[in-house]
Amino acid sequence: MADLTATRPASRSFPVLKVNGSAVVMVIYLAFLLIPIYWLLTMSLKTNSEILGGFSLVPQNPTIANYVTILTDASWYMGYVNSLIYVVMNTVISLAVALPAAYAFSRYSFLGDKHLFFWLLTNRMAPPAVFALPFFQLYSSVGLFDTHIAVALAHCLFNVPLAVWILEGFMRGVPKEIDETAYIDGYSFPKFFVKIFTPLIASGIGVAAFFCFMFSWVELLLSRTLTSVDAKPIASTMTRTVGASGVDWGVLAAAGVLTIIPGALVIYFVRNYIAKGFALGRV
Amino acid sequence: MEKTVNQKAWFLVLPVLVLVAFSAIIPLMTVVNYSVQDSFGQNQFFWAGLVWFEDLLHSERMWDALGRQLFFSGAILAIEVPLGVFVALNMPKKGLWASVCLVLMSLPLLIPWNVVGTIWQVFARTDIGLLGYTLDSLGINYNYTQNAAHAWITIIVMDVWHWTSLVALLAYAGLQSIPNAYYQAARIDQASRWAVFRYIELPKMMGVLMIAILLRFMDSFMIYTEPFVVTGGGPGNATTLLSIDLVKMALGQFDLGNAAAFSIMYFLVILAISWVFYTVMVNLDKRDTK
Repeated sequence: MADLTATRPASRSFPVLKVNGSAVVMVIYLAFLLIPIYWLLTMSLKTNSEILGGFSLVPQNPTIANYVTILTDASWYMGYVNSLIYVVMNTVISLAVALPAAYAFSRYSFLGDKHLFFWLLTNRMAPPAVFALPFFQLYSSVGLFDTHIAVALAHCLFNVPLAVWILEGFMRGVPKEIDETAYIDGYSFPKFFVKIFTPLIASGIGVAAFFCFMFSWVELLLSRTLTSVDAKPIASTMTRTVGASGVDWGVLAAAGVLTIIPGALVIYFVRNYIAKGFALGRV
Repeated sequence: MEKTVNQKAWFLVLPVLVLVAFSAIIPLMTVVNYSVQDSFGQNQFFWAGLVWFEDLLHSERMWDALGRQLFFSGAILAIEVPLGVFVALNMPKKGLWASVCLVLMSLPLLIPWNVVGTIWQVFARTDIGLLGYTLDSLGINYNYTQNAAHAWITIIVMDVWHWTSLVALLAYAGLQSIPNAYYQAARIDQASRWAVFRYIELPKMMGVLMIAILLRFMDSFMIYTEPFVVTGGGPGNATTLLSIDLVKMALGQFDLGNAAAFSIMYFLVILAISWVFYTVMVNLDKRDTK
């Protein structure tokens, strides 16, 4: 009897040991996602001779020399600055034009609205490879080649439709009565839009901004085609590591790790809205 | 929601129109222009009619690339959609672990595409990569730069690694929107796990899954950077997908007429297939709001 009462609390204190199928699936999946990233990280902490010389799961003599190389060399870190400049420019432009348009699509029906909406989406479907050459010629002919604004405008091709799409989804969720009440109260359209409507869809704007940031940050083909020196993005700076003496693996890995950081930072802030954003505000 | 008819709404759309006209219509017109002309250098162009398109339809190179592209998109959709749904079903519903999973799963989505390529190129190398080294020491003669099948497996696994989370996140969002009452009703009916999935979860996820399929189809059909970094289209032409071929033609060989005709065909194929998905999606949307 005494034994029985003694074992009971003990068995209750080990719920962790119960095999949970879902947890196993998630652990396997997350391991699959993280192992390649981990490998990049360890490589960035090794010297080239260690990378090529032997095989080890953990760096034997961790070094930050690779990061120092990048952060002290202007031709390296300017790549990050350039990327960030055009990404931010693109996000601002995309949101500025997409906000009124998304409002129009979510509130009014007008001549050709459905066709227009699909036509906008077709730009999201356009392969960047198709546009690479004409963009190059267009921006060269107007003297914008190798400027940040050229890349920012080029990325609008896919970011504006996406921003309109996401914002429209969020705006649809705001009841129309709010608009009508505001107009009755004597608000003009711009005042209503800025003072009342924008705060209501603040999370939608955040998500749209995040997506513009993300797709502009990860794109390479157009940003590489449209720049040569002054606005060269980090992604194409990375190809520099392939030199006459072979590839500088350590620096390449360190540069790769540094490109992951901005994404990882912003993702933390929007973690609860990511899924809703990918669902274009329709969940 | 009932929408008011208001033609003045066009003014709100105008900025978008101007911007997209600049960044889409003008370049697209250039492409159309090139596709019907021939050049003998010195910037002199001649009307060539539909010659380039005829060439294109008879070009084995294009059909091969299209075939590879369709195979690639089909393969990754067939893997990523079921896998993504499966992962979503196993994700923790709320609390700290849900946040941790969301953040970690989104990580691959935010890595620049050439870095994704680099990660896998390094990861799969037999001399310095964990995957390649492991396979090699297991006695598997793995070499993605020489063997076409290995190159294909590598880029498909890479894409699954890169994008399955997108499908999972969308499916997860769909699952979160199912009211608890549905599950309680199912429990009262003693429905099996499969029945719950088939008749409650799947129909509720359909809308977001269509978006996932649409996005994944579009992006996989335009994929360029990641396979290019990993295999460079090789070995031979084994992994030369449409975009890789097009860039080779347009920026490498400066073969404007061919490349332009190719571009137009490429765009039309994407448009046609996406239109089907889009129509299905809009119809599902309508059915849901009713």
